[in-house]
Amino acid sequence: MKTIDLAHGNGGEENNELISRIFYKHFKNDILEKSEDAAVIQDGNLAFSTDSFTVSPIIFPGGDIGKLSICGTCNDLAMMGARPKYLTCAVIIEEGFEQKKLERIVKSMKKELEINGAIIVSGDTKVVPRGSVDQIFINTTGIGEIQKKGISSNSITTEDVILVSNSIGKHGATIFANREGIELSTSLKSDCASLWPVVEKLIENDVKITALRDATRGGVSAVLNEWAKQSNVCIEVEENKIPTCEEVNGICEMLGFEALSLANEGTFVLAIKKEDEQKALEVLHSCDISKEAKVIGKVTTSYVEKVILHSAWGTKRFLDTPTGELLPRIC
Amino acid sequence: MSSLVLKDLYDGFRDPEVIKALSHEIKEEAKKLTSPIRVMEVCGGHTHTIMKYGLKQLMPSNIDFIHGPGCPVCVIPKERIDHAFVLAMLDDVILVTLGDMIKVPGSHGSLQKARAQGADVRFVYSPMDTIKIAKQNPNKKIIFFAIGFETTTPMTAALVNYIVKNNISNILFHINHVTVPEPMIELIDSHDEQVNSYDNQIDAFIGPAHVSVISGSKIYEQFPVKYKIPVVVSGFEPIDVMQTMLMIIKQFTQNRCELEVQYTRSVTYEGNLKAQALINKYFIAEGKFKWRGLGRVPNSKLNLKDEFSFLDAEKIYKDILPIDEIDDHHLCICGDIMRGIAKPDECTVFGTICKPSKPMGSCMVSSEGACSAYYKYGNLI
Repeated sequence: MKTIDLAHGNGGEENNELISRIFYKHFKNDILEKSEDAAVIQDGNLAFSTDSFTVSPIIFPGGDIGKLSICGTCNDLAMMGARPKYLTCAVIIEEGFEQKKLERIVKSMKKELEINGAIIVSGDTKVVPRGSVDQIFINTTGIGEIQKKGISSNSITTEDVILVSNSIGKHGATIFANREGIELSTSLKSDCASLWPVVEKLIENDVKITALRDATRGGVSAVLNEWAKQSNVCIEVEENKIPTCEEVNGICEMLGFEALSLANEGTFVLAIKKEDEQKALEVLHSCDISKEAKVIGKVTTSYVEKVILHSAWGTKRFLDTPTGELLPRIC
Repeated sequence: MSSLVLKDLYDGFRDPEVIKALSHEIKEEAKKLTSPIRVMEVCGGHTHTIMKYGLKQLMPSNIDFIHGPGCPVCVIPKERIDHAFVLAMLDDVILVTLGDMIKVPGSHGSLQKARAQGADVRFVYSPMDTIKIAKQNPNKKIIFFAIGFETTTPMTAALVNYIVKNNISNILFHINHVTVPEPMIELIDSHDEQVNSYDNQIDAFIGPAHVSVISGSKIYEQFPVKYKIPVVVSGFEPIDVMQTMLMIIKQFTQNRCELEVQYTRSVTYEGNLKAQALINKYFIAEGKFKWRGLGRVPNSKLNLKDEFSFLDAEKIYKDILPIDEIDDHHLCICGDIMRGIAKPDECTVFGTICKPSKPMGSCMVSSEGACSAYYKYGNLI
């Protein structure tokens, strides 16, 4: 009997396989098959995206499921160069959930909507018997007005350079450290943040953007691998240029993870035309959430559809799409 | 004294300049070798280091690595995972194990599959966390599926010790602890009556890091003496492995054959005597255990001693546990890879039918298996 495993939701290989084998097979159409963060509709004028949120713990250092549910959908729109405008919000709540907690979550949603300049225009609430969901699940769907057309992860070429906007892996590491059973004490906070304000600045400064993608589940390595495949190129990354913080590195060391495979919720990867590298960095560095932005690599044709990681001592290896459920190594 | 930060534990051991310098020195020293040498890293942790940091690319052409059997997840045969699966599916059982064990497929699927079908399967970072689960679930039987080499055995022994002393009645054990020296001997001794080329190709061993912290370097003493194969016990960082390689090459150029320790910051000759005493109190090595990819190895598995059989899930649930042995697919060449006769990319199913998400043989199972490391990191030149 084939069943759905947690690994099918990891943002990596199994996840992609499930999507193409079941969903794409039956829903197949030109817009869906572009496989972008948000669908581009209405002659390229609107971006449209949906995302469901479940996280444990629901309140974590640096945010909560409410903030996450707005950032997630708005960021997907922003990654297509769209200004988030209208969102819907559907919540499924487990019987017995504290009303005070629900209000806290809704307040953080409101705060994050203001940052994006978006509003909730329709909603739905369902309450289910205890045990049917884990506390609260939130779905948001959003429409955004595209401010810059043509951003696409299918059109990266050797004329582009690859950047990341921030120090990587903070959300994944924070959630893992705060999970029951791990009990690590750390001052680490999730990077959960809305990206539209930064993207808007990049567009205003006329930076030549080829592609943008927020590095959520599967982390930066999932994004780079998807891009290499979608654009039929090789992406070569310098390991010592990738910004990471000590706490994330420490957690990775202890549990056997790679920062590049950990989820982010306010960090994105950019493919920018070479000549605009400096301009892009200046804009990114002027915003708080992308102060640590760096150029991490280039686009070549040496191993097409693959991502290569170069070490500081002159060796190289593949950087693979993360597989399986994220689990600590045994020894 | 300023406090130690985690970074101090690894940062210096990945210094690019030191790695480059060692690489240069290895190449110079290796010029003096009269014949090529093949070095087996026994432990999967070293395989991982070699592939992840691309250390093979820094070796001259007369030095080659043979990837050994030392990944505990990889060498557990499928029938043992089937045991775990059957136990996990029992209504009143919570099956607890360590991290990546739950990904490994048995013949009904992995423990992840069991969980998807309703079984209560949990992973813990420390075996002692099992106590908490047992206290929270007094009406359930908690079965700890114990796995690992000498590194993790003391933690299981500590859990047994706690249970015995505190009379906790709802924790049982399914023991899969195996030992390192026995399969090393098995690999050296492996011999095919008809085909000479099937004999082992091992010129030197890189000794495991964490295992040796517990057991001490004394467990490898027999190899240089009895088998004339040098052993250098190495740490897991790239500089550790580079320095170890230099030490091994020097043994050959200086006509020495010795047991040496590179990982002196953690490994002593005697090892952790307290941990060893705890293991010996509860466990005994006996019988012939079947290693996945290797076959039967005498005295290589630990069992709970008879007086603790009331904790042994394998005995208690004997009637429902499957006894059939399951061999790997006939196309799988993991056995040859571990003997140094073949490389992962010489296997016909490597990367096609056999992948980390659908492993057919032991070496593809965990990131520390040779095939999985080749697949993931690409063995680039």
